[in-house]
Amino acid sequence: MPGIKLTVNGKTVEKTVEGRTLLVQLLREELGLTGTHVGCDTSQCGACLVHVNGESVKSCTMLAAAAEGAEITTIEGVSSRDGTLNVVQAAFQEHHGLQCGFCTPGMVMSITDLLRVNASPSETEVREWLEGNICRCTGYHNIVKAALSAAETLRGAQPVAAE
Amino acid sequence: MYNFDYLRPASLAEAVEAMKGEDAQAISGGQTLIPTLKARLASPSVLVDLSGLAELKGVSREGDKLAIGAATRHADVAGSEAVRSAIPALAALAGNIGDPAVRNRGTLGGSVANNDPAACYPSAALALGATIHTSAGRAIAADDFFLGMFETALEEGELVTRVDFPIPTAANYQKFEQPASRFALVGVFVARFPGGARVAITGACEGGVSRWDAAEAALSSDFSAGAVTGMAFPADALIGDIHGTPAYRANLIGVLTRRAVQACG
Repeated sequence: MPGIKLTVNGKTVEKTVEGRTLLVQLLREELGLTGTHVGCDTSQCGACLVHVNGESVKSCTMLAAAAEGAEITTIEGVSSRDGTLNVVQAAFQEHHGLQCGFCTPGMVMSITDLLRVNASPSETEVREWLEGNICRCTGYHNIVKAALSAAETLRGAQPVAAE
Repeated sequence: MYNFDYLRPASLAEAVEAMKGEDAQAISGGQTLIPTLKARLASPSVLVDLSGLAELKGVSREGDKLAIGAATRHADVAGSEAVRSAIPALAALAGNIGDPAVRNRGTLGGSVANNDPAACYPSAALALGATIHTSAGRAIAADDFFLGMFETALEEGELVTRVDFPIPTAANYQKFEQPASRFALVGVFVARFPGGARVAITGACEGGVSRWDAAEAALSSDFSAGAVTGMAFPADALIGDIHGTPAYRANLIGVLTRRAVQACG
């Protein structure tokens, strides 16, 4: 069984895993980081989305062994230690970007990655980016609004008013 | 999924050696293979991970062609300045595969080696007349590489190392997506070269990615949407399933081919 060493939310992790262990299984079952969800398990829904070396990846479709040496960030790693929400999380709260909350960790991680590669996305670009993140509650509208608001905040502009 | 051993070779030579193991299977981004393993449609004894091999990554322009390493991810092809300037249609194709997270893992080599009948990359390779280089030292023309659904000219244990794409005068890829899978229900790649035009169809054909000879002949003498108006791809060679009948796909091929020609300018 492969031994792996990686960084998860800033902490070094050393584990021995089976070849078939998925990254999401390592995170949830071995490390107890259950904020990363398994929705479809077929890389469609994006509930399992985490950052691998800063880029979004569906952790249900990556082997844990392939994360050797990688820096992983999960939803547990994005807020401050005192629980203060980060900009994207706060925008979700402000704009009611969630209802049941199941897809939200993946949404937050995905939008964080979008704002890394595109600081000023248009509404169309946000919607296209979220192609791989499925939400069955909100109809996406408030998620998109939250993403645009977070982008403005990060650019230092006035956030758009909540409706 | 069934369990397997996992190997992370440090070089292509080590990977080739590891692939000699019984039931060894190469994995790159795993965006197709991992779902396949989960469905127990494959049960390799050992997976050989190619995703860490720097020698298989990167894009370089060499004269009148673009050389792209097999382990280059879709996101890297889509974002490459060299690809965007030489073959913008190829960058656009890579940037519309799956979704952003899938594009951060999936690779060119994995796509062409798997030869899914609805994958995007095989149509670009075929229409551009690409050459597929392998670990056995072979350089295989795309026309000889794609043999049928999920079938290629690769021998047991042979790995794709690089794909060379000739740079066309103009090219365009039109994809009609199956919205759930984001694969092509029909995809048409049109490439124009000084010597003539090439047209490759994905998503639609029983035999996997295919050229449309009649459209190529028409476009080679008159490169205009009008030249292919009224032409129909033979429906008896087309896939019929819950997403579309052969006649529906035939119609899409015509529409998308005309759009691709128009977009070539």
